Amino acid sequence: MSAPNLKIEDLRVSIEDKEIIKGLDLEINGGEIHAIMGPNGTGKSTLSAALMGHPKYEVTSGKVTFNGEDLLEMEVDERAKAGLFLAMQYPSEVSGITNADFLRSAINAKREEGDEISLMKFIRELDKKMDHLEMDNAFAHRYLNEGFSGGEKKRNEILQMMMLEPKLAILDEIDSGLDIDALKVVAKGVNEMRSPDFGCLIITHYQRLLNYITPDKVHVMMQGRIVKSGGPELAQRLEAEGYDWIKEELGIKDETVGQEA
Amino acid sequence: MSVDTSLRFDKDYVNGFSSSRQEPAWLQELRLQALELAQNLPMPKPDKTKIDKWNFTDFKHEATGNAVAFNELPEDVKALIGSEEDAKNVLVIHNGTPVYFALEQEVKEQGVIYTDLLTAAKEHEDLVKKYIMKAVATDENRLTAIHASLFLNGAFLYVPKNVELSAPIQAVYYQDDEAAIFNHVIVAAEDNSSVTYVENYLSTNDSAESVANIVSEVYAGAGAKVVYGAVDNLAKGMTTYVNRRGRAEKDARIEWALGQFNDGNTVSDNTTHLIGDGSFTDTKTVTIGRGDQKQNFVAQIFNHGKHSEGYILTHGVMKDSASSIFNGITKIEHGATKSHGEQTERVLMLSEKARGDANPILLIDEDDVTAGHAASVGRIDPLQMFYLMSRGISKAEAERLIIHGFLAPVVSQMPLESVKNRLVEVIERKVR
Ligand SMILES: Nc1ncnc2c1ncn2[C@@H]1O[C@H](COP(=O)(O)OP(=O)(O)OP(=O)(O)O)[C@@H](O)[C@H]1O
Ligand SMILES: [Mg+2]
Repeated sequence: MSAPNLKIEDLRVSIEDKEIIKGLDLEINGGEIHAIMGPNGTGKSTLSAALMGHPKYEVTSGKVTFNGEDLLEMEVDERAKAGLFLAMQYPSEVSGITNADFLRSAINAKREEGDEISLMKFIRELDKKMDHLEMDNAFAHRYLNEGFSGGEKKRNEILQMMMLEPKLAILDEIDSGLDIDALKVVAKGVNEMRSPDFGCLIITHYQRLLNYITPDKVHVMMQGRIVKSGGPELAQRLEAEGYDWIKEELGIKDETVGQEA
Repeated sequence: MSVDTSLRFDKDYVNGFSSSRQEPAWLQELRLQALELAQNLPMPKPDKTKIDKWNFTDFKHEATGNAVAFNELPEDVKALIGSEEDAKNVLVIHNGTPVYFALEQEVKEQGVIYTDLLTAAKEHEDLVKKYIMKAVATDENRLTAIHASLFLNGAFLYVPKNVELSAPIQAVYYQDDEAAIFNHVIVAAEDNSSVTYVENYLSTNDSAESVANIVSEVYAGAGAKVVYGAVDNLAKGMTTYVNRRGRAEKDARIEWALGQFNDGNTVSDNTTHLIGDGSFTDTKTVTIGRGDQKQNFVAQIFNHGKHSEGYILTHGVMKDSASSIFNGITKIEHGATKSHGEQTERVLMLSEKARGDANPILLIDEDDVTAGHAASVGRIDPLQMFYLMSRGISKAEAERLIIHGFLAPVVSQMPLESVKNRLVEVIERKVR
């Protein structure tokens, strides 16, 4: 299996006729971990939702290929089957479907009919991954995210990632709402996946998570595009100094989308 | 099309029918009195559903089934009751005739009576008389009167004082003739007893016009607990009136789990009277409407006793051009202090042409109570769909999961594993 590649070129995304992503370029390869940082309302979640194919977000121009294939042509489920994964900032709750049933459906969706994962094997895998994430087994039998605390939802997103073994995962604020122990556990989950066959895009506000998952590249997003890229040291400087120096450097007054430089 | 609502059955017919079955005189008398009432009483008036063109009066009354050995039962029935070893306490009625019966020795020895209703009317006259058409009155409306005059058979389950049955008692009412289903069920649990009863209605006739007129009466004595599970799965040909009624005495509990999956037009009334202080009921209903069927569901609780508690939960899925009205009624009577009533009606619309109305009604004649309700009619949440699909689940499968999830509150409550599995299959078939 070849290493994954996600290539975004001059991407523009609108929601309800308001342009949010305004010409964004980014390439992520297998083995790489990228982090996107940026103030609130600069389009980070919009980017991740558009890549996953959220129906509300309209890609107005640009090109995205995933392993050479046109990602934007694919349905949401096809993107997932191609190996893309999005840990959402606000995961949905679905009543009446247990976490375990949901995960099994998701795993089987990727497999051929007649080649479904055996229940035994599924349970073994699930137990192992839940142990790894220090999740109580009761979560397997609870309804999907229903009544989960903020941190529990995040852990559950990582559990899904580990069970589904995507080639490229986008983690949108996976660290928000996590206590320090949970943060370590989640980082452990991501690090466990690290390999040349796995790429990752981490959206975060804090250096904290990046202490545990060292990124290869750090990007800063403002006004719906990437305005600065660098190595791990960039995240450290942002943590220490905030965004003002970048705004000054680039002559940006208001970093949120809808404001032009 | 104008519908002739006069009943084709007269006194001679009822006399003859009752005699031919060697019914006791009191039962024959009950039928004749009911017949007279049937001529004059008005039809029930389900709120917001017009039923004046529905046929409840013209039908073939009698059919026959034949007693069979376990392995001669139809596959559909076997699937419901599991293997012969599993089917320890079960009554199967085919076309109005009891055709298979099993009851554990151990259950009998505790004084439990479980048999078809006609046998009970002959062998346990006093008990049957005490309960039949008492929770549901013969003169309640035209259909209850017709029911009393023409019911064919049914089940009688009696649990003596202090007897707690752990094994569920099961009944399957199976119809493959175009004749009507006139079934009557009595569950009487004496003080401090406990029992679970699960029934399935099944019919195959989806062309010829026929009628189902069903009454269930549930009596929970002081401190008793009755769990009543039902899966209705009558084919399109049946126009159904089903009235399931409970009476809970002091500290008694009645829990209903009703999966109502008829394909024909249906009027359903599920009412519980919380008579005694500290009595409790929880009534959960799920349904799927499809095709052009029209349905009206009433889930109703009367709080009479102090500290009584009643919960209603109804979830309906509407597809095609099906139309359903869901009326939840909590009535807290004067004097029922410290009572509590709560209800939730949710309707999931799968098609533009379907119609679903959820009407929660709280009628409260006492100050010192608590009550609440929630109702919603909506479509599948696109964010939930996005979430599920983002894990590789196809659109169709994601919808399927969400619908099953929506109906889970009743499915998960169904007491028997075999019935639960069949319920899932029925849902699967109906939402496809
Ligand atoms: N459904 C929507 N309708 C209208 N505007 C929207 C919608 N979704 C996002 N936006 C707007 O798009 C902009 C970017 O939002 P987005 O969620 O992508 O920001 P973000 O960078 O992820 O912010 P945060 O760090 O707070 O999560 C914001 O101004 C937001 O209000
Ligand atoms: Mg965001």
